[in-house]
Amino acid sequence: MERVPILKIGDVLLVSIQVDLEDQSVVALQEDLAERISSTGAHGVVIDISAVEIVDSFIGRMFATIASISRLFDADTVVVGMRPAVAITLVELGLTLGEVRTALDLEKGLAVLRRLGADREVRIEVDEDDEPVQAFS
Amino acid sequence: MTNPTQGDQLADLLRGDADELIRRWVGLAASSLRGRMTEAELDRELREFFAVLVDALSTGSRDIKDDAYADARVLLEELSRTRARLGFSPSETAVGVFALKRAVFELIERRGNDGFREVIALSSLLDDLGLWTFEFYSRTREEIITEQSEQLLELTTPVVKLWDGVLAVPLVGTLDSARTQVVMEKLLEALVESGAEQAIIDITGVLAVDTQVAQHLLKTVMAARLMGAECTISGIRPQIAQTIVGLGIEFGDITTKASLADALLHALRRAGVDVVRRRNQAV
Amino acid sequence: MTSPAGERKELPIRRDDDVVRVRQLVRSYAQQAKLSLVDQTKLVTATSELARNTLTYGGGGVADVEIVADTRRRGVRASFIDEGPGIADVELAFTDGWTSGKGLGLGLSGARRLVDEFNLTTEVGRGTTVTVTKWGR
Ligand SMILES: Nc1ncnc2c1ncn2[C@@H]1O[C@H](COP(=O)(O)OP(=O)(O)O)[C@@H](O)[C@H]1O
Ligand SMILES: [Mg+2]
Repeated sequence: MERVPILKIGDVLLVSIQVDLEDQSVVALQEDLAERISSTGAHGVVIDISAVEIVDSFIGRMFATIASISRLFDADTVVVGMRPAVAITLVELGLTLGEVRTALDLEKGLAVLRRLGADREVRIEVDEDDEPVQAFS
Repeated sequence: MTNPTQGDQLADLLRGDADELIRRWVGLAASSLRGRMTEAELDRELREFFAVLVDALSTGSRDIKDDAYADARVLLEELSRTRARLGFSPSETAVGVFALKRAVFELIERRGNDGFREVIALSSLLDDLGLWTFEFYSRTREEIITEQSEQLLELTTPVVKLWDGVLAVPLVGTLDSARTQVVMEKLLEALVESGAEQAIIDITGVLAVDTQVAQHLLKTVMAARLMGAECTISGIRPQIAQTIVGLGIEFGDITTKASLADALLHALRRAGVDVVRRRNQAV
Repeated sequence: MTSPAGERKELPIRRDDDVVRVRQLVRSYAQQAKLSLVDQTKLVTATSELARNTLTYGGGGVADVEIVADTRRRGVRASFIDEGPGIADVELAFTDGWTSGKGLGLGLSGARRLVDEFNLTTEVGRGTTVTVTKWGR
């Protein structure tokens, strides 16, 4: 079984899917990612699928699940590089990606995370002004 | 595939007066083509066909679907195809076959009517071959029409860059489902190539949409979103808006704008560009 | 009327990685049959869903994939055959979002939308066969 490597760059976890994954590998990746999100306190997950030729409901569900899990840890998930043929097919299949964000490529995906991160900081500042802080790390 | 032992009457008849027949045949065919092909060209073409036809006849078979006629069929297919591509009419194409009939009849007439039965057989065989040319002629024409409409599609659905990061497809005319699908794919490809995150589908020039087309537009917007780009639909005419509402299609949270200008302004804003008019500039 | 146009192959569906092999075979046939990239992607996605169903719900089976042709075009036909429990309520199984397991319930309904011809026969206690065809344009 293939195991997809997860890279950590700054506070972002990066996964690049390069091969046609069997279901077990998808499940393993989902578990590994969930574990890494909780253990590293990463603020974002980027899943690069620019090399992926098909996304079916099994992989699609994985994206949505990862996004939900990362929300629990106040992190965002961005799927980047989806090919047009894959996107058209997913729409026809009827799949929606829930809380997953999307971007055209890796660079734009990281920009999305930065933007969301900036929003987060602003939100915290406003909270601090309103009432004395209870600081979380 | 010759079978000389059998000594086929019809084959012998044609072979016996081959030169005279072919000359007359070429003459007849050439006159109905009124100079669109030279006699030399026709002579070469028909001579080749004559040879394979006589070969086939000499096997004794009179059914053009038989293996014996495979070469004859292939030659006719090629002939029909080139004629269709050169813009010949169907009768100009089939005359090549039918003119042989006349040439043979004339020959028989001059000779008295021995071999009458055989000639009837030849006649219906040539009819079949004539139909075969028609068949291939129209098949080629269909291919040409499909090619042309595809080329036209390419021409009539340009994806243009309006600004850094903003693409647009202005659609004009009648949208059918096939065309909308082509647009959809082209636009999405362009998003990947250009890295643009904003796209505008402008349907100001579109007269009507049906359910399928409206669905395709919707799906394009959804697919673009999955890829990480945003799509705005602009220029929805009142009638089309009514159709969409009447059909019960949910445009949901898709951004629509009255005009291409409004859509561009919106897209620019989303792309982080502010458009400002200088105060001292007259309007 | 359609007639076989050459290639045909049967693959077992017993394990996860068999599903990957089915996807790859269907992809290569779809390329041979000159399907457009979008149509290839749609077909491979549909067959991925169906092969997975054969494995998870049908208890395994076979995929029978072939290139077909009629007078004007070529296409790919794939059948998924199992001798599993069958489907008691077919209409329910085709409902978007309905699953008896842990799926997204989009496999059957989505696959039907992605192909040109879709045929399902099933008998409770005897098994299920799903056949799909996608034609070149
Ligand atoms: N080959 C099969 N054998 C038995 N039941 C099946 C088979 N394929 C599908 N089903 C049933 O149909 C339901 C819907 O299938 P599907 O649309 O693929 O969704 P999912 O796989 O997410 O459950 C399944 O949950 C299952 O109950
Ligand atoms: Mg399924």
